[in-house]
Amino acid sequence: MKEHALKDLLFRMADDLLILGHRNSEWTGLGPLLEEDIAFSSMAQDKIGQSLALYKLLHEVGEAAPDPLAFTRPATQFKNCQLVELPNDEYDFSLVRHFLFDTADALRWEALTKSAYEPLAQLARKVRGELRYHTLHANTWMKQLGSATVESKQRLQQSLDRLAPYALGMFETTSFEQAIIENKIFPGEKTLFEQWHLQVNQVLSVAGLESPDWTSCKPVNGGRHGIHSTHLAPLLAEMTAVFSIDPNAEW
Amino acid sequence: MVTSSTSPTKEQVFTWLDEVKDPEIPVLSLVDLGVITEVEVSEGTVTISMTPTFVGCPALEHMKTEVIQVLQKNGIPHPLVNINLKQSWSSDRITERGREALKKFGYAPPPSTAFIQNDLDILEHAVCPRCNGTHTEMRSPFGPTLCRSLHYCYDCREAFEQFKPL
Repeated sequence: MKEHALKDLLFRMADDLLILGHRNSEWTGLGPLLEEDIAFSSMAQDKIGQSLALYKLLHEVGEAAPDPLAFTRPATQFKNCQLVELPNDEYDFSLVRHFLFDTADALRWEALTKSAYEPLAQLARKVRGELRYHTLHANTWMKQLGSATVESKQRLQQSLDRLAPYALGMFETTSFEQAIIENKIFPGEKTLFEQWHLQVNQVLSVAGLESPDWTSCKPVNGGRHGIHSTHLAPLLAEMTAVFSIDPNAEW
Repeated sequence: MVTSSTSPTKEQVFTWLDEVKDPEIPVLSLVDLGVITEVEVSEGTVTISMTPTFVGCPALEHMKTEVIQVLQKNGIPHPLVNINLKQSWSSDRITERGREALKKFGYAPPPSTAFIQNDLDILEHAVCPRCNGTHTEMRSPFGPTLCRSLHYCYDCREAFEQFKPL
């Protein structure tokens, strides 16, 4: 039970990071400013590197090697939340998603530094420092664009309202939640949500944006159980194109 | 090609490893970068532990290969190189010599992480490696590689990069 619980958490995290890493990489060459192009590309590299480290932990407890895990599973076996698979849309949409996700991700890794599963705690102690740069980046732009022009503010608010139900889907629990908490692998999604919404609201208030009513907002769940939007399958097809043609290709 | 029947000392191994440089910063050795966390010598072979600067650093495999090659060149036919996170890398592990090398190469060395525990504001005040000016601004926390950020100096009006504190 304990091992299944651990694997469940690792798959959810690794898949979130791989899929969002891929979405971030789609900004390469298309960012609204050179610096943003580089920022999203760098965050893509961090996230895909972190997902690789998590797939390695899964491999150590008996799952397939990282490449087959990342490149051969069908969409129904991916445990990422739907938030990360949504297409990038315009920059404001990607920025707000980045802010909502990375605020949660930074808190998640911070909590994991105390995980009873030592290899995960070790990785967390490494990754939490990297995440500081992601949240710094997100918070800086949320605050700047929240008070820049009428249009920038309106765009952020609209994206925030669209993304709020998907953001709540990050905290969808599975049948392993109790075991994850009892075995002290991770304090649980509810605890994470409590910390997350306070921190998100605080930045939004400085940015002059209106916080969604998190209690009345209906979460878009399903991702943690392999139920996805229509956007994941085409993403996987593109991401795995080279691997499907030649699994031994080096690039 | 050096061959010897006796095991090298740890100090010798560190001297050999000095030859391996960061592929992006050819003046900075892996030893000075602080990514070599352990050297063990026993029964004629050498075991090295290395740790990544950033988890997603793509240069790590390349560095590992170079470490193996240098050891082989020095008469260790089958060195072992492990990559692990037991001793996590921090920019505080960069040696004084490494910091000097970074500055000479045009990168601001990282400030001590003791100053960034709760606050990354320190990034805003990088010291310009060219003119030592402090009238600088961070343009982006993300630069050409994961470990560098982008800055601008209003004193000498040049852009520069800082090795990120982590």
